[in-house]
Amino acid sequence: MKHLISTRDLTSDKAVAILDTAHDMVDVRSRDVKKLPTLRGKTVANVFFEDSTRTRLSFEAAALALSADVTTFTAQGSSVSKGESLKDTLQTLEAMGADFIVLRHSHSGVAATVVNNGWVDAHIINAGDGTHEHPTQALLDAFTMRSRLRGETARGMDLSGIAVAIVGDILHSRVARSNALLLRTLGASVTLAAPQTLLPREIGGWGATVVSTLDEAIETRPDVVMTLRVQKERMSSGFFPSESEFSALWGMNDSRLSRLPSTSIVMHPGPMNRGLEISGSVADSAQSTVTEQVANGVAIRMAVLYTLMGDSR
Amino acid sequence: MTILIRGASLFGGEKSDIYIDGDTIRDVGSISTPADRVIDANGLIALPGLVDLHSHLREPGGEGAETILSGSRAAAAGGFTTVHAMANTSPVADTAELVELVAERGRHAGYVQVRPIGAVTRDLAGEQLADIGGMANSHAAVTVFSDDGRCVGDALLMRRALEYVSTFGGVIAQHAQDPRLTVDAVLNEGRVSSELGLRGWPRVAEESIIARDVLLAEYVGARLHVCHVSTAGSVDVIRWAKKRGIEVTAEVTPHHLLLTDDLALSYDPVFKVNPPLRTAEDVEELRRAVADGTIDIVATDHAPHARSTKDCTWHDASFGMVGLESALSVVQHALVDTGHLSWSDVARVLSVAPATIGRVEGYAAPLAAGSLANITLVDSAHTAQWDSSRLHGRSSNSPFLGIVLPGRIMSTIFNGVETVIDGELVDPETLRNT
Amino acid sequence: MMRIVLTKPDIDRALKRIAHEIVESQRGRFGLVFLGIPTRGVHLARRLARLVADIEPQEVQVGTLDVTMYRDDLAHQSTRATVATDIPAAGIDGTTVILVDDVLFSGRTVRAALDAITALGRPDVVRFAVLVDRGHRELPIRADFVGKNLPTSTSERVNVSIAEVDDRDEVSIA
Repeated sequence: MKHLISTRDLTSDKAVAILDTAHDMVDVRSRDVKKLPTLRGKTVANVFFEDSTRTRLSFEAAALALSADVTTFTAQGSSVSKGESLKDTLQTLEAMGADFIVLRHSHSGVAATVVNNGWVDAHIINAGDGTHEHPTQALLDAFTMRSRLRGETARGMDLSGIAVAIVGDILHSRVARSNALLLRTLGASVTLAAPQTLLPREIGGWGATVVSTLDEAIETRPDVVMTLRVQKERMSSGFFPSESEFSALWGMNDSRLSRLPSTSIVMHPGPMNRGLEISGSVADSAQSTVTEQVANGVAIRMAVLYTLMGDSR
Repeated sequence: MTILIRGASLFGGEKSDIYIDGDTIRDVGSISTPADRVIDANGLIALPGLVDLHSHLREPGGEGAETILSGSRAAAAGGFTTVHAMANTSPVADTAELVELVAERGRHAGYVQVRPIGAVTRDLAGEQLADIGGMANSHAAVTVFSDDGRCVGDALLMRRALEYVSTFGGVIAQHAQDPRLTVDAVLNEGRVSSELGLRGWPRVAEESIIARDVLLAEYVGARLHVCHVSTAGSVDVIRWAKKRGIEVTAEVTPHHLLLTDDLALSYDPVFKVNPPLRTAEDVEELRRAVADGTIDIVATDHAPHARSTKDCTWHDASFGMVGLESALSVVQHALVDTGHLSWSDVARVLSVAPATIGRVEGYAAPLAAGSLANITLVDSAHTAQWDSSRLHGRSSNSPFLGIVLPGRIMSTIFNGVETVIDGELVDPETLRNT
Repeated sequence: MMRIVLTKPDIDRALKRIAHEIVESQRGRFGLVFLGIPTRGVHLARRLARLVADIEPQEVQVGTLDVTMYRDDLAHQSTRATVATDIPAAGIDGTTVILVDDVLFSGRTVRAALDAITALGRPDVVRFAVLVDRGHRELPIRADFVGKNLPTSTSERVNVSIAEVDDRDEVSIA
């Protein structure tokens, strides 16, 4: 596998292998020498057309942990808005020696376009393209679920039998899309909870159950409740009337947390709107995995870089 | 100059000879009169010269993608002898001066009759009416008015426009797309757009405008033409309207008769078009609608674009596909070879009917003695993978590249002058000398 | 054409002899850590540890050393699965590490293992015990304890079967 563009690229075996390697990477991160020489001499270019400090730093940490050299390109704002500049930027970075390009962009399909058009020869990792996908996020979420719910014996296991509820702005969320796909590949069952305005049309093929409110989702006693970031701009386009109504019906709060099994976990990809999609006390509770998702992100990204390097075809 | 076409199958039927003298068809039948030029049409189907009611020639202002000359050549290569040029040029064709300029350049190029379409609103802004009367009374004699590219979305303005245009015997060709329902929309709203995370273009945005417009047309007693119908629901509305006696005509593009939104899964912007490609159910219903006459004509919506606006991400890419050269082949593939249409029907939907809607003279009695000599000869048995050597405009954004398509234009005759000989376009100097 | 070069009794004898050599070389020092290189090296390490403890009772620790991420040929092969590295909780500083593997060939695996060890700590001494040395070194690496020297041609394949993994103890060449 030369690129990671979509979670569709991952079979269950490939995904489990990445989770297992990430397990070993977590181990490395806990030692005195937190680095491996695996990507020594290789260059990883972080190309972030859409701002995201946390994801960028996570990829940077992963690359450095494998002894790769890191170069960063950010283009805040819309000064770089035409496709030609994207092509030029990437070809320039490759000419400067980039072996891996980690690409985040606000347009859906950018990573696929780069690969399909053969603009560069480097390995492409999709770090989030518009409202399409965010594969490494789905992988670190799956890893977090597996570690928390299967514990130390998780090696080699997928997520069969685990029930996951994803709640919030599914329509605009690449995290939701990637997760829904990967969870299904790994054998988990998925329930989506959102107002109809925030659900994509014709998602029968996603294999997920759709319910209207978070309370309905909680009634199914999920092992995982994944909350998604809400963009407040959605209110002015008529997706939902107000913050208070949104958090009343789809916000994860203490009362709802108490109705979940005590072994269930609450997740959020970050950054959080405390009080909107997730209350502060739930975010800080023992059942919340928000901080370990960040740590797992570095290990997963190390595993992904390692997995792609072997295949230059 | 006299031309004798020998042994052509008229409308795919009986073999016949056609004798052309100057710009007119003198005789049709078994002919032995000597002629300056003899075309052996054995094995070829004779059709009237094709008439496109919807094309973008980009000149003035967009010459990087196409010019009136290059677009005319592309049209002739596709068997067309009349092309209507949409008004969304730069500047917009909203005055008599502009439409006369376009008509004159078309005349100078000499490959086809270029009929300028006039804008409905000034600068396509959707606020004030354009100089409709001026354009109608100009040398260009505009009869079709359209803001295509944009929808005339305001109901009051559409009412006024319908009323005003009918004063001059013209017709409004509406690009049906409710602007409020399609903000930033780039792909049919459905399973594929949900999967790809692309903003969807809901079918109801087209259907609701058509529904409104046919009722307006009925109310004010005006003619209405609907551009590039793309959904099964739109077909239902038009069928209902026709049953009611409303004077509405409709067109469909070749690509909407063949391609579906699954093609967007590759994120290749060659498939990005407005209105977007829909589903297989829509394609099937559109084919049936052409067969039963609910959709009156096929019009190409030839939309050339510079390479740089397609060699980019889906989001950034321009909307549109070229289609003049491939139209007849796609129609044969999607409608004739599937049994929906006969070649006589093809003559109707690609020549007679569009000429009627556009009030173009000379096409009412196709391939008949006394008519203008606008003829195209097609080798329907030819089959090949569509490639860029078949494209003759300035742009190559064709969604059919790589698809095996039947048919090849072997000859096009425009007002008695050959523009395509033995499958090859005549070059501009030769044409000027003829 | 396959020929068996070591039978179970041969292997048992070889391991016992290596265990004696290790004890002798220790000269009374303590702090032995056997680190097996997966897959079969791990099981051989466990066997050697037991044999050494039988000869001279002492505290002997066993662990696993995954060298995958230290290999020098990763970019040219399909992705190899990693295995958990498991070292004693007290670490390996100041210990005598005995690296254990089944076959010594080019020496690249051992080079990677030495890099891996360096990242884990600083042993006093690192020694290398191998069941079969088949020659054809590509790096200046040698084994301290060898079960059997087996001259081979590079076109031949050496197959090591270990009961814990393969249902029998046997070394063959094909």
